[in-house]
Amino acid sequence: MENNTSAKVSAGIDPGFDQLNRDWYIDKAVQVLVFIGGISAIVFIIGIFVFISKEGYGFLVGEFNFKEFFFSPNWRPTSESKETFGILALIAGTASVTGLAMLVAIPFSLGTAIFIAEFSSGKTREFLKITVELLAAIPSVVWGFIGLAIMNPIIIQTFNVPVGLNVLNAGIILGLMAAPIMTSIAEDALKAVPDRYREAAEAMGATRWQVIYKVVLPAAKNGLLGAVLLGVGRGFGETMAVLMATGHSINIPTSVFDSVRALTATIAAELGETAAGSPHYQALFTIGIFLFVITFIINLVADLVVRGVRKG
Amino acid sequence: MTTRNRLLVLSTAATMALLAACGGGEQRQVIQNKGSDTLVNVAQAWAEAYQDVHPTVVVAVSGGGSGTGIAALINGTVDIANASRAIKDKELKLAQDNGQSPIQHVVGYDALAVYIHPDNPMDSFSLEQLAEIYADGGSYLSWTDLGVEVPGCQDQEIVVVSRQNNSGTYAYFREAVLGDADFKLGTRDMHGSKDVVDLVENTPCAVGYSGLAYATEHVKLACIAAETGGECTNPSVATALDGSYPIARPLFMYTNGEPTGYIGEYMNWIMSNEGQCIILNKGYAPVTEVDCG
Repeated sequence: MENNTSAKVSAGIDPGFDQLNRDWYIDKAVQVLVFIGGISAIVFIIGIFVFISKEGYGFLVGEFNFKEFFFSPNWRPTSESKETFGILALIAGTASVTGLAMLVAIPFSLGTAIFIAEFSSGKTREFLKITVELLAAIPSVVWGFIGLAIMNPIIIQTFNVPVGLNVLNAGIILGLMAAPIMTSIAEDALKAVPDRYREAAEAMGATRWQVIYKVVLPAAKNGLLGAVLLGVGRGFGETMAVLMATGHSINIPTSVFDSVRALTATIAAELGETAAGSPHYQALFTIGIFLFVITFIINLVADLVVRGVRKG
Repeated sequence: MTTRNRLLVLSTAATMALLAACGGGEQRQVIQNKGSDTLVNVAQAWAEAYQDVHPTVVVAVSGGGSGTGIAALINGTVDIANASRAIKDKELKLAQDNGQSPIQHVVGYDALAVYIHPDNPMDSFSLEQLAEIYADGGSYLSWTDLGVEVPGCQDQEIVVVSRQNNSGTYAYFREAVLGDADFKLGTRDMHGSKDVVDLVENTPCAVGYSGLAYATEHVKLACIAAETGGECTNPSVATALDGSYPIARPLFMYTNGEPTGYIGEYMNWIMSNEGQCIILNKGYAPVTEVDCG
């Protein structure tokens, strides 16, 4: 009945076109909704970039001094005598913690991924996958708490150092935090290697280890590199856990037992009580722009690398 | 009677009750109170206790920092601003430009205690020694520079614990101890008064400063001398009150003009024996001698 009416209405307009009934409108509406959903990520990321740029702009055209900002360790934004905005020590802090985190996470996540993808099967495999995903679900403030309350005294006692809140503590915590996502992506990359490669290698008389080492890993290397880069991105952007575990001390580290301070942690600790629009506030947003650009580049490179493996 | 009718009756009753409540609350007054995080617990306790004194006056308390509170007073959005530092000339001028005239009330004192690990043999510091430990260019890097050896402290390195650079406590310590010089780079900047005490508790090499209210049994409070070689004073509510402790800071509340009406009554109550006993219970020094029973 309804169909009949609408059929009459649409008849002769475009026979190939859907009928202009209720379903057609619903269909169109859902299409629009899905489209909005699809582009929303782009809209948000542009919005965020515009926002942090706007807030940091005043500093970039005013107090900003390229040489001081990137090459001076003097971060003294509230000094009574002379305010200085040098983030070298903060960059060194973030880089050292992320670097150590990768040293922890790469063997850990690659080992797990190889075991899950190549050696385990059935229930073991499912159980391991779920456990790794659970590890990713632990909130970062809980990781930070573990660093503060558990790792701190252990590091002091084990290594006989004055403070346990340092590069080592934050590096281990961050490594464990980055490992699950790296494991997942590395495992995907290993699984993407066609089985015929393995079969061919085994037919040549290669042992299981030789198959993995000589055939599977080289074939999956782009995906594995992508996994590592995403882990690096995670390390750069992590805030809460590093705020709690690094000791939050402006310092260019010379050993893993030195306390440091991360870029993200500086923003988190200081932004809340800074007068909006002041040079200090704008300088913090400039750090935000810097972090945004860095993580954007890392993620982009990771994406291109992973894409490279799919084509090849 | 259908469910619908019952609902109607219920909602009518509820509406009438609401109207009655609003009608009864015609003389209900709200005091907006905002500012210092140091004072926020005390302000909250005052607001709660005042409910029993004047049920018709509601005090809405929020934190956010001394600067936030003063900014809100300048904008005229709060009745009382809490601050753990005095208003700056710049802020005063801004307030006057906005037609506000902030009046300062000292509502209590906070002794800034210097915390060390219980194993640390140091008992007292002079302000000059603290400045050598904390200030940029200061010469004390190791506990041996101070003539002591701390058991359990590797290399005898002084682990200097400070606060994040926009805290009121940080600003007061810089002014009172460092004479507004910069802090050393490499201090561990904790994000709360309690975090400082926690870190010192677990770290034999550490020295930190924080409000007296945050003291625990697991840390040692240093005796502070205004001059090297001079007599030192232990931090306590009593020594903060009589002014003999060198690093005690006043805690302020700011109102717009002399407070009158219900705001004036509230301020008077805060300064009364009852109000001052509450600040004493929270670990700060009252402005006057009080008798809390």
